Amino acid sequence: MKFTRDWLFDHLLTDRSFDEILDILPMLGLEVEGVTDRADALSAFSIAEVVSAEQHPDADKLRVCMVNTGSGELVQVVCGAPNARAGMKGVFAPVGAYVPGIDLKLKAGEIRGQASNGMLCSEREMQLSDEHDGIIDLPADAPLGDNFAIYAGLDDPIVEIGITPNRPDCLGVRGIARDLAAAGFGTLKDVDFSAQKGSYDSAIEWVIDESAEAFCPRISGTSFRGLENGASPAWMARRLEAVGQRPISALVDITNYIMIDLGRPLHAYDVDKIDGNQLIIRAAKDGEKMMALNEKEYTLDSSMFIIGDAHGADDLAGIMGGERTGVSDATTNMFIEMAIFDPIAVATTARKLNINSDARYRFERGLDVTSPDWVQGHVARLVMSICGGESSHVTFAGKGADWQRDIFLADDKVVNLTGMEVPADAQTRILEALGFSVKAGKGGVTASPPPWRGDIDGAADLVEEIARIHGFEKLPMQHLPREHVVAQPSLSPVQARQFKLRRALAGAGLMEAVTFSFHGESEAKAFGGGAEALQLVNPISADLSVMRPSILPNLLTAVARNQDRGESDIALFEVGPIFLGDKPEDQRTACAGLRHGATAPREWQNVGRPIDVFDAKGDAEAALAALGVRTSSLQVQQGGPDYFHPGRSGRLLQGRTLLATFGELHPKIVSNFGVRGAVVAFEIHLDDVPMPKSKGPARPLLSMSVFQPVSRDFAFVVDEQVAAGDLLRAVKSGAGPLLSEMAVFDVYQGDNIEAGKKSVAITITLSPTKATLTDEDIEAISASVVQVAGKNCGAVLRG
Amino acid sequence: MQNLDALSTEIITAIDAASSLPELEAVRIDVLGKKGRLSLMMRELGAMEPDARKQAGAELNRVKDMIAAAIDAKQALLGDAALDARLAAEAIDLSLPSRPQTEARLHPLSRTIEEVVAIFAEMGFTVAEGPDIESDYYNFTALNIPEEHPARQEHDTFYLPPDSEGKRKVLRTHTSPVQIRTMESMPPPVRIIVPGRTYRSDHDATHSPMFHQCEGLVIADKIHMGHLKGCLIDFCRAFFGVEDLPVRFRPSYFPFTEPSAEVDIGCTRDGGGLKIGAGDSWLEILGSGMVNPRVLANCGYDPDLYQGFAFGMGIERIAMLKYGIPDLRTFYDSDLRWMRHYGFLPFDAPSIHAGLVGGAN
Repeated sequence: MKFTRDWLFDHLLTDRSFDEILDILPMLGLEVEGVTDRADALSAFSIAEVVSAEQHPDADKLRVCMVNTGSGELVQVVCGAPNARAGMKGVFAPVGAYVPGIDLKLKAGEIRGQASNGMLCSEREMQLSDEHDGIIDLPADAPLGDNFAIYAGLDDPIVEIGITPNRPDCLGVRGIARDLAAAGFGTLKDVDFSAQKGSYDSAIEWVIDESAEAFCPRISGTSFRGLENGASPAWMARRLEAVGQRPISALVDITNYIMIDLGRPLHAYDVDKIDGNQLIIRAAKDGEKMMALNEKEYTLDSSMFIIGDAHGADDLAGIMGGERTGVSDATTNMFIEMAIFDPIAVATTARKLNINSDARYRFERGLDVTSPDWVQGHVARLVMSICGGESSHVTFAGKGADWQRDIFLADDKVVNLTGMEVPADAQTRILEALGFSVKAGKGGVTASPPPWRGDIDGAADLVEEIARIHGFEKLPMQHLPREHVVAQPSLSPVQARQFKLRRALAGAGLMEAVTFSFHGESEAKAFGGGAEALQLVNPISADLSVMRPSILPNLLTAVARNQDRGESDIALFEVGPIFLGDKPEDQRTACAGLRHGATAPREWQNVGRPIDVFDAKGDAEAALAALGVRTSSLQVQQGGPDYFHPGRSGRLLQGRTLLATFGELHPKIVSNFGVRGAVVAFEIHLDDVPMPKSKGPARPLLSMSVFQPVSRDFAFVVDEQVAAGDLLRAVKSGAGPLLSEMAVFDVYQGDNIEAGKKSVAITITLSPTKATLTDEDIEAISASVVQVAGKNCGAVLRG
Repeated sequence: MQNLDALSTEIITAIDAASSLPELEAVRIDVLGKKGRLSLMMRELGAMEPDARKQAGAELNRVKDMIAAAIDAKQALLGDAALDARLAAEAIDLSLPSRPQTEARLHPLSRTIEEVVAIFAEMGFTVAEGPDIESDYYNFTALNIPEEHPARQEHDTFYLPPDSEGKRKVLRTHTSPVQIRTMESMPPPVRIIVPGRTYRSDHDATHSPMFHQCEGLVIADKIHMGHLKGCLIDFCRAFFGVEDLPVRFRPSYFPFTEPSAEVDIGCTRDGGGLKIGAGDSWLEILGSGMVNPRVLANCGYDPDLYQGFAFGMGIERIAMLKYGIPDLRTFYDSDLRWMRHYGFLPFDAPSIHAGLVGGAN
């Protein structure tokens, strides 16, 4: 909502400064989004006369002008405007002036060899409009040398306010003035809203069709005859331009002016174009068409409401008028519509037709429902004062909206809800200043909101009105009462372990990413998603259109982007939602990570090595450990989902529960994402990872043996198909309870090993608990290890 | 034995002259070895008369002890010198870089959420959650935003296809639906925050189609707007680490609160950069208000018995303001350069006791 300072002061009598008003507006809930003082920006621009305009010797389209700026001396300016001519008056910007429309500070210079010391300006160069066909051509009597902005009435700053949806009353300048007056910043000036009697019967009568009785509770209209349409008076055109409304003709401008002034949209018909003498408010017919004022044709349906004559639809009620019966420069007989329409029906229709208009904006937020009855006289007098003619008697239809209601406000309601003590008489005074009528009652007051405050529907709303006018700065600051002396954890164990997980993975060298919850359909499909139920109906682009089934596609995209930026070693993870369906329970929390390149950058000690699938396995295990899983008890199952390399992927299971998948990503998938080189990855669905059983904070007692531990190495030869994990399990079972540590320290195939076999070297550590192990003890355990490994895995000791 | 003094002088001179451990060893063998000169003289004692032997033996032992001590002393000296020489030879260029560390960084968003959680934990809040794909009812209707309400148009909602019952699903446009889900699931009192992902179909320099919010909800029997003010001022001052941070409450409108307030914090733009704290300017960071009685009633709470407040803030916005991150869109780019610069060390966990301002690294 835009207005100007002087426009506000038409409604507000105040001795407060403009700056004080700008400061208080946001504290009333009217957020100032911008203040533009055009006179300030154009203070260096003055009225000048072009004394001569000669053709530039070296440029067809330029003229060399001698300009009288009023100071006596002539200034030479090279000008490209086609309308620059000797004897004209225009606007001159001297050297040193900042020209807002071209964002440039003028310097003395030469244009094609001719000195140019300033600029003759167009409206666009001064950011007054988009007009740029030529320089401003001022009337001959414009005072030479005067400040142009003041001459043109631009010394009236423009204020833009963000109006919240509950305050349609402030979509008119008068509503803003009323709030300021209620806050003690002046008094609301009287406007003559008396009825205008009119001198003849209206040429047009309203008929509300049965179908539209609920849609249009009240409507009024006035006919005019003998009008003379033309350009609006300068004061009106200037104000409309200031608030961004292009002046069209007096009759159209008057409707726009009243919309901004009083927040009351109107529609003007040319009586002579109306077929018959009735305008009917009715539901549209399915397939009915109407050409609107924006020169677009709309196809309507029976859920929409229109106003039509015998010919057809003439007005998309509350949204936009029709082209056929609108006023034109030639209009002499006019009919003005002043209506109340159902806000929801207006919004529904406008949304379906995709029309945004100033009228819709106000109708769907709700107008003063009594306005058809009080605005008529004011409109009639304004029309006749500008366009002459005479007005008819008013014609009405509809029995009026049911708007009066009583709301009880208990004496202690304000203090209970806000903590702020506002004396009872001050509460009443505030409500009355805002237009409420207030009656004292038992234990409180009964307030009846004015017809322009449709948003007020309960005591809490009354409290808000009182509190905001009284001033939110007077709210007491009260700390929340503390329920526990020592604060309790705010995270559940399930939530807390996600933070631990993030820390563990970043500690392991993976950067934490946060990526969008959606991506493209092909990405989703490659990772098992893309179901229709998860495709956005209105995505902003195709690559952000499907809810993700996995985090990995986004991380792969990030790898490609980072490679393009020259990064060679990339390790990323993300913890976030994935979507397996559209129900709440289908949303899972996942953790995924990937690595590409080397484990460390290239440097002199060569500590880095190319990443491989065991990095991904290690990351998965580290992640599970951070989630509270004992990773020593996990089983590995060869093979993973089909976006992994079939021979280099696996699953980590605890019993039958799948906890993680890991592996090298399938080279086809990787290259589809534009990534060069191998990528290893892991994925965990956190909801599937059981919470560790809580046994309290105390650890089980640690018994540390005093006896010397013993290590033994075994080099087994097994079929190459035998899984190292199975061999380790066999060794573990063969070694028995004294086994404390176990590791594979070599895997070998090649010379000295039979084809189809491999050598796996395992070291075990035995930690005796009762006595130092004798050679016989150790021999017995070793024999058992070899025996079980042979029995379970066909392993033999390497010769 | 007459020549014993001369001998010992000669040997001491030889010991002094030895310049290496092998040389010294040669001297030792020559004197004290099996066939060393002193060893041979000791052997000759056996042929002497007992009295002479006793005297000569004592004399010989004295010389032998003196020489052995001299050799030990020289050995220690030469040993130290050899060690010094070896250490000198082992010197290496310590200007060479150390091995690279593998530790990575946490995203500013998870850091910021943790800071927010830490502060509200101190004020007795617990963290609640809800789904990103919401029903129209939870996202709008239950929050007093009926169909065709102008406030809905301001939400730029992403829609999903209707479900099997024909109900329209949306990506939640705010974390406020979790207010409803929480109140439906438990009786008052309530004191929760809800950090989470939110979505609006808007993409430009200052809008992202996905962003994060943190909702707050406090319901009890005597909670009023003064508590809202206290809670949010306490939060803002702790979060930004500015004890005297000016905080301003301005009337506003949200369909689910009444009265409603927007919250601004003080700042100054003197000298080009933005500084949070007392100054001549204000920055809007929060929306808040007293929960609308209609919303309480929608959740089955009796508005005559319970009241409270709710608030919502943009996590990216407060992270940008606190840590000087200039561009919203960079949060979701996974650009390693950005992560290294704006990310946080994983073990630098925010806490009330250790502080809530993450260090630069």
